[in-house]
Amino acid sequence: MATYSTNEFKPGLKVLLDGDPCVILENEFVKPGKGQAFNRVKFRNLKTGRVLERTFKSGETIEAADVMEVEMQYLYNDGEFWHFMDPNTFEQVAADAKAVGDAAKWLKEQDLCTITLWNGEPIAVTPPNFVELEVVETDPGVRGDTSGGGSKPAKLETGAVVKVPLFVQTGEVIKVDTRTGEYVSRVGK
Amino acid sequence: MLARIRRFFARRSVLEVETPLLGAAVNPDPYVEFFTVPDGGRRHYLQTSPELAMKRLLAAGSGPIYQIGKAFRRGDIGRLHQPEFTLLEWYRPGFTLDQLMDEVAALLQALLPERVAGVTRFTYGEAFREFTGLSWEAPLSALRSKAEELDIPDAARLCGDDRRHWLDLLFSVAVQPRLPASRLVFVHDYPACMAALARCKPADPSVAERFEVFVDGVELGNGYRELTDVEEQRRRFQHDLRLRQRLGQVVPPLDEDFLAALAAGMPECSGVAIGLDRVLMVKLGRRRLSDVLTFPLQEPS
Repeated sequence: MATYSTNEFKPGLKVLLDGDPCVILENEFVKPGKGQAFNRVKFRNLKTGRVLERTFKSGETIEAADVMEVEMQYLYNDGEFWHFMDPNTFEQVAADAKAVGDAAKWLKEQDLCTITLWNGEPIAVTPPNFVELEVVETDPGVRGDTSGGGSKPAKLETGAVVKVPLFVQTGEVIKVDTRTGEYVSRVGK
Repeated sequence: MLARIRRFFARRSVLEVETPLLGAAVNPDPYVEFFTVPDGGRRHYLQTSPELAMKRLLAAGSGPIYQIGKAFRRGDIGRLHQPEFTLLEWYRPGFTLDQLMDEVAALLQALLPERVAGVTRFTYGEAFREFTGLSWEAPLSALRSKAEELDIPDAARLCGDDRRHWLDLLFSVAVQPRLPASRLVFVHDYPACMAALARCKPADPSVAERFEVFVDGVELGNGYRELTDVEEQRRRFQHDLRLRQRLGQVVPPLDEDFLAALAAGMPECSGVAIGLDRVLMVKLGRRRLSDVLTFPLQEPS
């Protein structure tokens, strides 16, 4: 089993902590005047997204986690699982609701997502930063109002609800930033 | 900076000296790791500080001496650590620890006029109490609860039953970052378990005559009223060597040349080592040592 020693710790390293895959966010080497050195390390748990802090004696080792991030195409949802395919190898994986999490509301068939695989199993799904989705339901806006200055909720084809300017109409396609959940622009057809 | 330091010591008639980086022995401090250099069938050790060699000069009657040179410590790499760094170390025969702290303050104020506006002194006990609310002699259970309250994970696993580890951890996490800013802060009179090569106070052997000096929470130097008692020194080295053995570390030979010099008689003196790379870093207002070095070893990133 591969292990990493504290002097190999660096941001981005994937390790196993209490049986869960984690990524190192920050690593600070601390050494008192004439005392035992230690490392204060911040991790993100890749399954839960929670940030945690741990302290290690310098020289301690922790187990490496077999974690990979792969670009995959979203295929379909069978009611229980979301299915993705690697467009290069045509290999498919099925992610459950826990792994997909909030990404579910942005997933449109054919879109490329980043899938985090741990020992080959999907544990997290990151949607593209920007998605283009059709508005399926919104109040009719005020005609000719293209200046912005007001907003209204709009339901998109994936079920997500975002705030849009008043001039956006049902049936139009809009661009949304999935990291903030905010409307970016209309997309011309 | 180097020219200014040399002028400072020239005016005070302190002699500049040079001692070898490669030695047949090395300070056995278990928390300062050294590089071993194989040379055919022999082994040399890169010095972790010029301390033992300079003390041999003192015993030989050198009078006050200083040195600017490289030191090497294996495994120390981080924001404030590099395995190779520059030390300014000096010794003052006849100086008390107080007198030496005054001289360190004079030098650092001259080097860092833009960063320090005055000097604050705490005893270790005062600083510890001020920023943790606890005495350093508090029961281990109290130190343990403090670490829990401060949300320091794994503290119990790291420190076990070793008071020194608990004190170091709490000091690094809770005291050091909260020391007054923009001043030279001296912390002196350390617990005897952290004496290293310092003398314990004749009137109160629970306290070692040692100080550290900080600017904005960054430790810049470490000074001692030097231990001159050869028997006590030999005991401490042997204790260090046994601890090294137990921890599975490299066990270097005892530095008998140094011990012989102590036995011949080293003058009562105080001495200090200042990390010059850190002084430069503080002067330039940078946060990482690697920002002020030519071609530093890179931290993993």
